[in-house]
Amino acid sequence: MAERSPATRRTLWLVLSLVFAFLYIPIAVLVALSFNQGGLPTVWSGFSLKWYASLAGNAAILSAALNTLIVALVSTAIATLFGTLLAIGVEIRRQYGSGLEALIFAPMIIPDIVLAIALLSFFSLLDFTLGLHTIILAHVVFNLAFVCSVVRARLKSFDWSIVEASADLGASAITTFRRVTLPVILPAVVAGALLAFTLSVDEFIIAFFTSGAGRASTTLPMQIYSMIRFGITPEINALATIVMAVSITALTLSQRLNRGVIGQ
Amino acid sequence: MKSYAPSRSSLLMAPALAWLTALMVVPCALVLALAFFRRGIYGGIEYTFTLENFGLVFDPLYAGIFLNSARIAGTATLIAVVIGYAAAYAIAAAPRRLQPVFLFFAVLPFWSNYLIRTYAWIVLLNREGLITQLLRWFGYTGEPPSMLYTEGAVIAGLVYNYLPFVILACYAPLSRLNPELAEASRDLGASAMTTFRRVILPLTVPGIAAGAVFVFVLSIGNFVTPALLGGGRFQMIGNLVYDQFLTANDWPFGAALAMALIAIMLLVLTAQALAADRAAGRIAEAKGGADG
Amino acid sequence: MSAPRTLLAIDKVSKNFGRVTAVDGISLDIRENEFFALLGPSGCGKTTLLRMLAGFETPNDGRILLDGRDIARTPPNKRPVNLMFQSYALFPHMSVRANVSYGLEMERLPAKEIRSRVDAILATTELVALADRKPEQLSGGQKQRVALARALVKRPRLLLLDEPLGALDKKLRGAMQLELKRLQHEVGITFVIVTHDQEESLVMADRMAVLRDGKLLQCDTPHAVYEHPVDRFVADFIGVMNFVPGRATDDGVLAADGARIVGTVPSTLAPGAAAVASVRPERIRLFPSAQTANRVAGTVEALAYQGLDLQLHVRTALSQKPFLVRVTADAADRRPVASGDAVELGWDAVDVRIFAD
Repeated sequence: MAERSPATRRTLWLVLSLVFAFLYIPIAVLVALSFNQGGLPTVWSGFSLKWYASLAGNAAILSAALNTLIVALVSTAIATLFGTLLAIGVEIRRQYGSGLEALIFAPMIIPDIVLAIALLSFFSLLDFTLGLHTIILAHVVFNLAFVCSVVRARLKSFDWSIVEASADLGASAITTFRRVTLPVILPAVVAGALLAFTLSVDEFIIAFFTSGAGRASTTLPMQIYSMIRFGITPEINALATIVMAVSITALTLSQRLNRGVIGQ
Repeated sequence: MKSYAPSRSSLLMAPALAWLTALMVVPCALVLALAFFRRGIYGGIEYTFTLENFGLVFDPLYAGIFLNSARIAGTATLIAVVIGYAAAYAIAAAPRRLQPVFLFFAVLPFWSNYLIRTYAWIVLLNREGLITQLLRWFGYTGEPPSMLYTEGAVIAGLVYNYLPFVILACYAPLSRLNPELAEASRDLGASAMTTFRRVILPLTVPGIAAGAVFVFVLSIGNFVTPALLGGGRFQMIGNLVYDQFLTANDWPFGAALAMALIAIMLLVLTAQALAADRAAGRIAEAKGGADG
Repeated sequence: MSAPRTLLAIDKVSKNFGRVTAVDGISLDIRENEFFALLGPSGCGKTTLLRMLAGFETPNDGRILLDGRDIARTPPNKRPVNLMFQSYALFPHMSVRANVSYGLEMERLPAKEIRSRVDAILATTELVALADRKPEQLSGGQKQRVALARALVKRPRLLLLDEPLGALDKKLRGAMQLELKRLQHEVGITFVIVTHDQEESLVMADRMAVLRDGKLLQCDTPHAVYEHPVDRFVADFIGVMNFVPGRATDDGVLAADGARIVGTVPSTLAPGAAAVASVRPERIRLFPSAQTANRVAGTVEALAYQGLDLQLHVRTALSQKPFLVRVTADAADRRPVASGDAVELGWDAVDVRIFAD
């Protein structure tokens, strides 16, 4: 682009500053208040870690965190395996019908509330006992789609002739996958897995509908939701800070491994 | 490899496709079917065919909620697109090496927990929140303004939550735009404004459309934001569906509402796909122009 | 021809980007109705200079006078100067006709006039049949013509062309070179072309400027630049040249092996200074007569047919690199040579150019 006038440049920087302020001030306030000593959730009265300490003693939150971890780990593992296979299958087929595309794309755009009530109807029709296992079954649905799309983005630039080269050099299909295909797409697979993990940790409404009644299968977002409904407490601020730190770390890792793919 | 690829690819796709079919296609089909049944007297479902539920969707009370949802989602979309496009433009105009950094930090909040991002707005907007404190600091002494549990709060929450995606969607075509096109327009006598209106904007419309559709679709089906920032009244379809399933226990009507929601979504997506097809040619050209 | 009138005067113009000086105090006059070439290797500053003429960069120093008026700080949309972009920069969402009309619409001309002027230029550039196509449906050569039409239709005082033929294949390039010349005559507009292709500027330009590292080395007609390059760089950059390094003497250059090359020594070269004697391949004769001032024995290393003539690589004691000798196919037929043959090369003193080394 040609030279911009100083006035134009100033305007552009101003726009950027305002947008970033808009994006980060709410989060920053939340994080700052989590270190607030006083019990009033929004008035600063000194630095303290006591709300983090009180979280550590909150059995309900700890059990919810454990549930979330179980759901996220299991659903991520399944989704990563099947999603990667799906991505490879779709890409080697090359000519994919729009029906298949829509099927893979649907879980990413279908409103959560719709998928949530659909699964609830489905499980109750089959007289399934609801619990962590049903949340896992449900989370795999959208995690599959996200893993698949991340891996496919990598496969788009994959040079399939190296697979043929490996076969030409005498490798079996399995050996080729293990020694050639997988190492090349591994960063994308790990990135997809981290993304799926993050989504699963954060997911609220589908878990809410498919968890059934009772504390036993409450996940962290469900716990947070019910706490928020009661009002603002410094404990939520602390919990929110931890959850954000975890998902932002996972995302940053994923982004490092797989430059740019998540953005697309 | 072409000769045996199809059978092997089917094998690879089978587990995932089976999963999606069993746990997405079938449940959604079930919801569709549910919408044609009657509600039992004590809740539950009575298996007789009816179109009543769809008729009820058009009842002024519920149609009003649909319109309300569309208005809220539409306003949020408009605001998000204006802010998001401006931000994307500013990022695309920043020095090359800074662009990925800006983009990363623009998207980062998008990947933190939705509930928490929404909760952050409760902290900001509540009667003793940051905004009230700021007003006090500037010497305001009256009643704290009521900002939380309003339509404005819901819109702010939706814009906040989905803005990063609009930035991303608008940045893509802006960054790929051959800068010589804008220069050519200037060279031919167009002012900066005219260049924007006649060259830059038309060529980046697909990004705007993609971002807008995303925000609109996710907003109109939203449950959490109206529930938390709107104060839990039935402001939007999402809350209404939730209520039919968990409180009113009228699953068939809830199913019909969900299907109406899906229909709106499909309509918007189809319109966008058609528009994108028409625009596909221009984008290909705009991208390719930079080299040579 | 009437006395040439200066249209554009570039007066001690400099431009730096941070610490890099892209254009360093260049002064040039471009005359009315001439076809002027800015030539140089990449990074020589020619594109920056062109962008300053178009208004996309502002000089840090100096003036750019168009018809005597300083336009250095005039924005691009307010100058009677148009640029044909290297990428052509056709608006992909507009048809050929809409692309060409765009500039006239910006002048807020009446629709009727726009239409007739666009029709006229489409006819001149043979684009009438393609008027409703989108740029993506055009070939490279057609795109180039649209870009040209779009700039020409505004009847600029000055048309700038940034590597206009760079994107075309070699054969098409030859045709378009002549086409551009023809059009320039027809529309009577001053053309300034930027190119890194010395052959292109020799063929097309009335006058050319050779740039290097942001500085102007030489500005003259192609013939003068080719025959009388100002320094070793220009001699090497334009056309093909054989160089013999050595030391300057009163009447030539003393090569490292003791051989003497006879030629006119520039007055700036003191005897004994490092110098290089040079001669164009087409000035060298095989089997010269006894009177020829400069003669050297050599062995043919390789031959390359180039259609009309034959290029020989001849190894001599004069330089590390083999001598390039151009022989017409005719001459080669009369007295055939083969790889490995011993030959004698000769050239006249008037064909020798001597530079500081």
